Amino acid sequence: MAEALALELKGITKTFGSVVANKDVDLKVYKGEILSILGENGSGKTTLMNMVSGIYYPDSGEILVDGKNVVISSPKDAFAYKIGMIHQHFKLVDVFTATQNIVLGIKDGKYSIKAVEKRVREITEKYGFNIDLNKKIYEMSVSEKQTVEIIKVLYRGADILILDEPTAVLTPQETRKLFDILRKMKKDGKSIIIITHKLHEVLDISDRVTILRKGEYVGTVETKDATESSLTEMMMGEKVELNITREEPENLTERLVVENLTVIKSDGTLALDNVKFNAYGGEILGVAGISGCGQKELLESIAGLQVTTKKSSILYKPDDLGPQQLVGKTPREIRKLGVALSFVPEDRLGMGLVGNMDIIDNMMLRSYKSGRGSFLNRKQPKSLATEIIENLEVVTPSASTPVRRLSGGNVQKVLVGREISSAPKVLMVAYPVRGLDINSSYTIYNLLSEQKKNGTSIIFVGEDLDVLLELCDRIMVINSGRITGIVDGRTATKEEIGLLMTKSVEREENNE
Amino acid sequence: MIATLIQRAVVQGIPLLFGSTGEILTEKSGNLNLGIPGIMYVGGISGVIGAFLYENSLATPEDANGFLAISIPLLCSILGSLIMGLIYCFLTVTLRANQNVTGLAMTTFGVGFGNFFGGSLIKLVDSDVPSITLTTTSNYFRTTLPFAESTGWFGKIFLSYGFLAYAAIIIALGCSFFLNRTRGGLHLRAVGENPATADAAGISVEKSKYLATCIGSVIAGFGGLYYVMDYANGVWSNDGFGDRGWLAIALVIFAIWKPKSGILGSILFGGLYIIYLFIPGLALRTQELFKMLPYVVTIVVLIIVSIRNKKENQGPQSLGLSYFREER
Repeated sequence: MAEALALELKGITKTFGSVVANKDVDLKVYKGEILSILGENGSGKTTLMNMVSGIYYPDSGEILVDGKNVVISSPKDAFAYKIGMIHQHFKLVDVFTATQNIVLGIKDGKYSIKAVEKRVREITEKYGFNIDLNKKIYEMSVSEKQTVEIIKVLYRGADILILDEPTAVLTPQETRKLFDILRKMKKDGKSIIIITHKLHEVLDISDRVTILRKGEYVGTVETKDATESSLTEMMMGEKVELNITREEPENLTERLVVENLTVIKSDGTLALDNVKFNAYGGEILGVAGISGCGQKELLESIAGLQVTTKKSSILYKPDDLGPQQLVGKTPREIRKLGVALSFVPEDRLGMGLVGNMDIIDNMMLRSYKSGRGSFLNRKQPKSLATEIIENLEVVTPSASTPVRRLSGGNVQKVLVGREISSAPKVLMVAYPVRGLDINSSYTIYNLLSEQKKNGTSIIFVGEDLDVLLELCDRIMVINSGRITGIVDGRTATKEEIGLLMTKSVEREENNE
Repeated sequence: MIATLIQRAVVQGIPLLFGSTGEILTEKSGNLNLGIPGIMYVGGISGVIGAFLYENSLATPEDANGFLAISIPLLCSILGSLIMGLIYCFLTVTLRANQNVTGLAMTTFGVGFGNFFGGSLIKLVDSDVPSITLTTTSNYFRTTLPFAESTGWFGKIFLSYGFLAYAAIIIALGCSFFLNRTRGGLHLRAVGENPATADAAGISVEKSKYLATCIGSVIAGFGGLYYVMDYANGVWSNDGFGDRGWLAIALVIFAIWKPKSGILGSILFGGLYIIYLFIPGLALRTQELFKMLPYVVTIVVLIIVSIRNKKENQGPQSLGLSYFREER
């Protein structure tokens, strides 16, 4: 354990309007250590670090760098104190090369891309980065973009690096590579702060953990004394049992037979390339993959929202009818057959719910055509809305509050609840827990498990591999529009899935 | 015949080149300045006012001093377009008004401003034709190299222009160098592509936008000045400038935001603009059809560029958007 303090925060408070984002937070970071800041979504981790990196200015409190009281009012000031932050949403110019992005904003010295490249190479060799400096950002993978961001910060001579959820978008292999680099930096005497909510990563990489809860400082523990359950308890403020009940699938019946499913994007490239798989009633089929690999197109094709090529075939086998070809049917016909899509996009209100309408009206979006005559029947949707609010513990003043005013997690509960309520035979969910706190996440996982027990075929697109492995019976890995493998959720390892997630991309690179 | 066509095309193209170079510089900062036609108009009339005052202060045309005859209209033109650029920036950058609406308003304002002062000057000299003629100053603007006449077609194509024409090409090349080879250019492009990133990197977004737009406006204003003083032989008549301002904006897209391509593009546009004069037996109606050609070419280029879908060939990503730092 190093002894010198690199950064210290004392009594930091920050409010946005009436919302208190941080209240009286203390923090210490030593030289040559990796500190994790752990907390649930909305616990103020990012806000706190944004104050250190000059994006926000604290309402009160002190920031000390190397023991000296400093004022950081812009990112430039932060760089002057050798603090650099890698944001969750990268700040890079798409049409510039890596080098151009790295040198952006630096005003001293002669402008020479060659000289910059030489210095960048020194950095990449020192820490073992692997990057093509002349590649344009828009041609890069997420992991490469992150590398550019880290080099950018190092190029400016940062000694304190702050990484905001750095592994959220990485495969396990990429995560391991990143952690190796971070350890090298730590050995080099740099202080690293990682913002995260993934417990196993905290235990893997950090020396100490600082925990925040609802904007307040809870405490700091040495990682070697911590366990997953002790950290969860500090994070949640209470002891919680976090288990997903996964029962052996029973009475498997074939529901969907997908063959030759191909979707061509507007720019001529393939979004889905000859996808072939089966989905069964009574099981949860997980879909893993780096974001943007065709997950959205896959679900939308089944729901009838995507134009597919002529060869594509999606056979749906309900109990009461013969096999139905879904390709060529309208979304409404498909829904009527019992195939429901609950898609939670990045923008939660973007798809599925209308923000300015209340919960009851949003329930009616699914049933408005079933009523008789031109008058709306509000009774049924109303009882449904009340039911969802009760069962899923949706926090809302009433069922007639506009959905827009609910918090993100509650919006998601309404959306998922509505889709489940229609008792579909096939239920497709994408990122249903994005932005939810741990408790609500597990409520939704268990809701899905329950549906599975009832014989529903569930297709679950998720980003957290740990959850996929705990929840799903089979996991299908999608990679650049192709299915690279379907593994058993009980026996597969994260590494195995990670390899499938990147495999064919590497093959393509070798061909070039 | 060919030499004449090329020479006429260049002369037609120079105002467009000034306008498009100025607009490219402006757009690279993320400002879509649709006020360019108005700004070119103001650049022209301001030069005319300067030249008019200077000529009137002379006892006889023989007293004219070449340096003053050029620098007074030039400075007046710079001042006029600079003020237009500043107004545009103040509205869109400082007050964050909608860029399209502001730009269109600036065009309407600029044309009105030009016609008002143009009309006033015509009234002052009490001329019987609705125009004023500033031959003395114009002659200085139109001075060519002395040996241009004696070198046949070569001289006609390359040497027969006033100094502003050469300035247009040098400015376009300079802009290209600035944008692609200098730190300032890199920073400016970053502002136009992704102002939040530029801001986080410590580049002043407001300053960059102000500078690029004002300098761009001045360059565009030279287009108006060149049109009156050189192309039109110093004759100002209201609305004589026509739709050259819009052509300049079309040229920006045609040149896919590259000042160097703008040079050849401007000559092509100039040629297409006057090609009807070289095709015998055209009725007045059909002439207008030929005048459409530059716009048709622009649309074709737009289609090709969007089919090829290459990011480098698109306009700056945040073109036309105001930047708020506080947005969360």
